[in-house]
Amino acid sequence: MKMHQKVSKKRIGYVYVVRCLMIISTLLTCSLVIFLIGYVLVKGLPNITWELLSTKPSYITGKIGILPDILNTVYIIIATLCFVLPIGVGAAIYLSEYAKNKKIVAMIEYAAEILSGIPSIIFGLVGMLFFCQFLNMKTSLLAGALTLVIMNLPTIMRTTQESLKTVPQSDREGALGLGAGKWRMIRTVVLPSCIDGILTGCILSVGRILGESAALLFTAGFAHTIHGFLSGLMNSGSTLTVALYFYAKENGEFEIAFAIAAILMILTLIINVGVTLIQRYYKKRRTL
Amino acid sequence: MKNIITVNDLCLWYGNHQALHHIHMDIPKNSVTAFIGPSGCGKSTFLKTLNRMNDLIDDVKITGEVRYNNQDIFSPSVDVNMLRKEIGMVFQKPNPFPMSIYDNVAYGPRTHGIKNKVKLDEIVEKSLKDAAIWEEVKDRLHKSAMSLSGGQQQRLCIARALAVEPKVLLMDEPTSALDPISTAKIEELVTVLKEQYTIIIVTHNMQQAARISDQTAFFLLGELVELDSTKRLFSQPKEKRTEDYITGRFG
Repeated sequence: MKMHQKVSKKRIGYVYVVRCLMIISTLLTCSLVIFLIGYVLVKGLPNITWELLSTKPSYITGKIGILPDILNTVYIIIATLCFVLPIGVGAAIYLSEYAKNKKIVAMIEYAAEILSGIPSIIFGLVGMLFFCQFLNMKTSLLAGALTLVIMNLPTIMRTTQESLKTVPQSDREGALGLGAGKWRMIRTVVLPSCIDGILTGCILSVGRILGESAALLFTAGFAHTIHGFLSGLMNSGSTLTVALYFYAKENGEFEIAFAIAAILMILTLIINVGVTLIQRYYKKRRTL
Repeated sequence: MKNIITVNDLCLWYGNHQALHHIHMDIPKNSVTAFIGPSGCGKSTFLKTLNRMNDLIDDVKITGEVRYNNQDIFSPSVDVNMLRKEIGMVFQKPNPFPMSIYDNVAYGPRTHGIKNKVKLDEIVEKSLKDAAIWEEVKDRLHKSAMSLSGGQQQRLCIARALAVEPKVLLMDEPTSALDPISTAKIEELVTVLKEQYTIIIVTHNMQQAARISDQTAFFLLGELVELDSTKRLFSQPKEKRTEDYITGRFG
């Protein structure tokens, strides 16, 4: 009991205040998130109609549909992953398994780190100058996808590298000891153990692509026309986020903007749950 | 008896540190050779030199000669993968791949181009039988190898090594992570396997060396101190240092 008496009133008060501040900041953070999600969903959900999702906008009837934007988003996700997956996974395998010069590896990893910290609007600017103008792709989904490839390369590379590191060295030795060549060892023993890491990287990238607008404003354009996959890539088109900006800022159609926002919010939620599920599934499978 | 491996004046450096000093050794066919010695004496390093697993480590320099079936294994014309097929390896810690039991054993044969399902089935069954684990796993060949116990995993790894039909089997302290019963099983297995294979085993356990090996090599500080038939080495060692070690005066 004596121990308690020693603590001064001032100190008790101090601890009390700090604790209150912490609780307040926690509450503030939580309530902000809940408010944001709630506000967007309440304002957006009632505006999501089948018509909105399944038609394209028409100036004649004055109606708005976001089917082209949904398609464009899907196209740009597919196109980006098609490029970024092989490049990112390949780079990660090279850096972790083959590269001998540690200095160069460290330099590349550092560069990738920096790359992931650059504001996306700069990627947009560079993408516009390089892909749209220099490579003459015009404003097109492909140019946008390639810009996103550069932005997402570090994500895929790092997550793959991290999961390559978790494969035990003894597995590699086991395969080599049986007379497997290096590439066969990587393909049959190392990579299968890394699927979860690569998948996680993919899903994180999809999330990032979904949320990206600044870089796409410069490179992918604003068109709301429906195309097939290949012709879609060659043409200008807006993704959901760009459409969100467009309808809110240029047209003042806030109902539509909130509907899109709600859709994006739900997709983001699905993606986060997806990552968790995948990681849990593979963790379970490994310990089986 | 014919020698399957001959080592002449082998030295090995890790960077500037010399880990092996002028090793000479003959290993007769269908025998069991045990390497003993305190930790860090170079016995594992030497073992891994025999199938060039040391190639994986950066900054290793090797001089001297290792002849396998009278061919220099360091010659540029040697295909390392074929060498490792001929000279298989079982590691200290059981390291089955995270696949099914069947796929683990079939990994080696598949690597070397056998695709025929019937043939693979045969090889898998024979290897598992040779490694004395068939009875325990025959009903769950397609279950994950990770579900086996440590001792079973190690015998699976032996089966996996046998499946590529090596001539020599290198074993790097294969029982150090196992319980006494599993250890006994593997020791018994070794004495059976030597009829078909040449076995080289690194062990920390001198009783084990005495029980299963035909000849024993004692290493100390990267030197091969003494190599003799196991009986003689343990009963009347020529070197003082060997005697001190086997009577437990150091190490």
